[in-house]
Formats: sequence, structure tokens, C-alpha cells
Amino acid sequence: MSAPTAAAKIDDERLKQVSWLRQALVRPELGAICGAILVFVFFLMVAGDSGMFAPQGIRNWTLVSAQFAILAAGACLLMIAGEFDLSVGSMIGFAGVVIAILSVQWGWPVWAAILSAFAVCLFIGAVNGFLVIKTGLPSFIVTLAFLYILRGLTIWLSVATTRQTIIGGVGQAAQGDWLAPIFGGIAFRGLFQWMGDQGWIATFTRGARIGEPVVEGIPALVFWALGLILFAHVLLTRTRFGNWIFASGGDAEAARKVGVPVSRVKILMFMFSAFCACVFATCQVMEFGSAAADRGLLKEFEAIICVVIGGALLTGGYGSVIGAALGALIFGVVQQGLFFANAESSLFRVFLGVILLMAVIMNTIIRRMITGER
Amino acid sequence: MSEAAPILEMRGIEKHFGPVVALAGVSFDIRPGECHCLLGDNGAGKSTFIKTMSGVHRPTRGEIFFEGRPLRFSSPRDAMEAGVATVFQDLAMIPLMSVTRNFWMGREPQKRLGPLKLFDRARAEAVVAEQMREMGINLRQADQAVGTLSGGERQTVAIARAVYFGAKVLILDEPTSALGVRQTSHVLATIDRARARGVGVVFITHNARHALAVGDRFTVLNRGRTLGTARKGEVAITELQDLMAGGGEMADMSALGEGAL
Repeated sequence: MSAPTAAAKIDDERLKQVSWLRQALVRPELGAICGAILVFVFFLMVAGDSGMFAPQGIRNWTLVSAQFAILAAGACLLMIAGEFDLSVGSMIGFAGVVIAILSVQWGWPVWAAILSAFAVCLFIGAVNGFLVIKTGLPSFIVTLAFLYILRGLTIWLSVATTRQTIIGGVGQAAQGDWLAPIFGGIAFRGLFQWMGDQGWIATFTRGARIGEPVVEGIPALVFWALGLILFAHVLLTRTRFGNWIFASGGDAEAARKVGVPVSRVKILMFMFSAFCACVFATCQVMEFGSAAADRGLLKEFEAIICVVIGGALLTGGYGSVIGAALGALIFGVVQQGLFFANAESSLFRVFLGVILLMAVIMNTIIRRMITGER
Repeated sequence: MSEAAPILEMRGIEKHFGPVVALAGVSFDIRPGECHCLLGDNGAGKSTFIKTMSGVHRPTRGEIFFEGRPLRFSSPRDAMEAGVATVFQDLAMIPLMSVTRNFWMGREPQKRLGPLKLFDRARAEAVVAEQMREMGINLRQADQAVGTLSGGERQTVAIARAVYFGAKVLILDEPTSALGVRQTSHVLATIDRARARGVGVVFITHNARHALAVGDRFTVLNRGRTLGTARKGEVAITELQDLMAGGGEMADMSALGEGAL
């Protein structure tokens, strides 16, 4: 009975061979790759001679993209694990103010202030995750509560200790600190000076910094972005834990049945998201030399948009860190590109809404192709 | 073959939920390399019995012997570790993930790379490709999502997974009930392959035709009791159906249209 049907089955399978196009479509990154190419071609045509692709312009959109990428790395893994973190933006403001108050007001060494901020953020991330797991409530609601709680605490802490919402003086406090340059430093100064001397990149032609290159090196922020993307990508695609992230977001019950520690995975991903927010906050505080209570507004949504443009499903279980990083690149290039192209900057939000909608529609179609549902 | 000692033996199992007597004395055993079909209509106590066998419920009365020793599973994990695997109807598989990732979920093989422990994808894919081929599924590619498989193929992946991870007893809860004709025959062929590897298969169904196609022994469950066990060749379809229905109406129906079911 079984032999003839088995043979028929195989023939049947061969008839259903998928085309290479369909195979390529069923990769989460495809949309983001096409999007990135389109965006670059578009701005090369529209703003090619505006300095957008000169060293200074490149640094400009690279920095913005790197900022998005840091947050997107955390949001991506968390979304694949099936959860959101809407408290990321508020966490950025909170971490910054913690660093500033500890180092400037309390006189702690900056490294201790930074490490404390990380400890506090990881703790809040764990609380987020713990509440979501224990209450069974959607993470949307739990982290929305923390969006307000943390923002309120940030403003209150800042005003209560300094009567201001901006706390300066971190720059002076960080002089000579060993940890601060890891977040606010600039690498390859020598190389860039040498390239300037060779006349390969632009240098200042007047003023106090005459002879110095306009772009003095690569900010630490960019290395953090690359490092976090690499870490998240390897973790997701090359480790046992990565499989658990997919499984936890794909179907938590099914994953539990075969022994995946779903609660642990989700809580750790909330902590990773909080870690990324703290990296972002620390880099920003070190760059500006100050903390402000309103930093990080709307960053949680921007991070989620990057991840969705990168092909992840809002419902979890599917997505790619590389896609999310490309989403961040698209985001950064368009935001800065419109400025170089002299476009009305408010149009950026229109673009954002449109591309978000397109990405979500496309992801839904892709999901149907994978799961075969109609 | 069927003279071998039973792997799992259950004697006089009773299970009460408060005043409700779900199982009122069930005896059942399963030997290596056989397919023992448990037949019963809806409400006969099949689900309760499976859950007792797989460690979800503790029996109110009765004894369980595993490989000759008296045993009480305190959790499904216990049962799984001893080698009693249950493939439930909802399968515990994630459609968005690849067959390989699903197959290894929770037990991923690892390799060392310096200080890092990485998911050994090459080995994982090779094992899955081989297991699938043995079970008669030709994967188009190793990262094919489970969502693209048919219901019967998904059952087969779940069965292959259980067998690969050392199941000695495989409990299949109505694996054919939601499937079409061709997919059903695929699952029955899979049961045959698992049996050939020496696994004891407990095949729960209410379809006597499916049971007769692969079963070595047949036990009918009715109103929480077993009505005896028959060997292959000793019973006909109509007899099994009569037993499942408790004798009455089904017999009359089959008298009207012989073999209509």
C-alpha cells in the first residue's frame, strides 16, 4: 500500500518545485536590501553633488544610521522572541540622567556612573520581562506603562537635583576617565590626519584647526553599532539560544513542550533591549557632554520601524538582524538625505509612514508564502 | 515478535475525576516493534488514558510497569526521559521555522569554536535530511519551513523527531483524523517504518480501517473499560466498529449497508 503512494508523493513534490524568485522572496532581508539600493540610487541622483557623499556627509548619515542600528539590534531580537519594548526611548533619557547625576552631582567617577546606569537599565529590562511573563499581559501594555514611568522619573530626578531638565558638565567630569572613551571616543585619528595630509579628504583651510581633517576619525558609536549587529546576528543564526529566540516568538507553547526555557529567553531579550538603549544613551551623553530629560523621544517606535523594514514580523518568530541593520541604514540615509536634497524635513515623516506601511504589507505576504496560509 | 516482553504495561488502570469515573479498569501493554491500536469512540476515555500513559495524569488505581519494573511518571518530562514520547494532535511544531530548526528545537547540537559554542548547523541539517529520507519525505532544501509541509508530512516530521530522540514507546493521538486519503497513507507508512526500528507504537484512532491497515493488535475502549485485545487477522472491521459503539446501533447500521463505513 505504501510503496506506490510514496513514489507518487515524490513526483508530486517535484511538480511543486519553487522558483528561485519565490525562494529569494522568502528571505527576511530581501525587502531591506532592495530598499537600501533604491535609497542610495535615489539620493545619488537627487543629492549626488550636495556633499552628501563627501566624507563629512558620509559621516553625517553614518552616525544617524548607527544610532538607529544600536536600538534596532535590541528591538529585533526582542521582536523575534515575540515581544515589544516601548520603554526604550524613556530608558535612553533615564540612563543619561542617571549618568549625569551620579558623575556631576554626586561626584562619582564617570566609569562608576556608566556601570551603574547599565546595572539600572538591565534591572528595569528584567522587570519589564518578568512582569510580561508573570502577568501574561501583552508586552505592549507593560512597556507602555514603563514608557511613562521612566520618562516621569527622569524629569523628576533631573529637576529635583538640579532644577533643570538638562544636566551639563559630564564632558569635564569624563576627562581622563578610562571608560568614557569607549562610548564617546573617536578612533583612527592618526589615519584620518594622514589622509588629510595626503589631500585625500578635506581639511580645515582656516581657523584654529587649520590643517586638521574635517572628519577626524570614526566615532565609537559606529563600532558599537557594528559590534551589536554582529553579536545579535551570530546569536540569532548560529547558536542554540538563537533557535530558542525563534521558537519563543513562533509559538511559546510549542516551544515549552519540547523544553525551550521560554520565560528565560524572553526576559533576557528584554534585558538586551535595555542594554542597547543604555549604550545609545551613554554614547549620546559622552558626545554632547550633557544629559537631558527629553532625550530618546519616539526612539522606541523608530527602532521598531527599522526592524519591520528589515523584514521581521510584528507577531514574532521571524526576522533578521541584518535586515534590521539595513532598515536602520535606510532610515538614516533618508532622514539626512532629505536635508542634503533641500527637501522639506517634515516630508521625512510622510516617507516614514509610507515605507512602514509598505514593509508591513510585504511582510504579511511573505509570511503567507512561508506558511502556505491563504 | 509479539512474544517479546512488553516495554510498557498498564494493569487495571482507573482514573476518577471527582465523582466522574473516566477510566474504570483498563489493561494495556505495548511490545517493541509492534503497533498496538487503541480504538474508541469520542468520550470512551482515550484522551484520559493517553495522558495517564504519558505522565500527565496519575492513575487513581492500577499499576504501570516500564520494562518490567513498577513505575509512576510524575510528569510528562519524566515519561519523555524514560522513552515514552507522545505526538499530540497539535504537534508542537512552529510553521515559520525550518524543518531543521523544528526538529532540533530544545536539543540543538553544538560545536565549539574557540570559546564559543555554536549551533552545529551542518550536522543538524545532515541528520534531518537523512531522517526525512528514511521516513519518505524529500525536502526541497534544508531550511524549508514547516509551514510549507502538508499535514501528513508534519506528522511524519514529529514522529521522526520522537524516534530519533530515543523514543521506545511512541503514542500517536489520532494522527490521521484530520488528514486526506493520501496523507493518511503517508502517516501509516511512517508508523510502519517506526515499528521496523523496534519502537512500540500506540496508535489511537476511531477509524477501524486505518487501524487494521497497520495494527498488530487491537484494543477497544468503551465507556472507560477495555473490551479485550485481539490480534491481527482475528477481527474484522465490522466487529471493531460494533465494539467501539458498544454493540447496539452501529451493528444495525452496518446490517443496512455492509462496509459503508
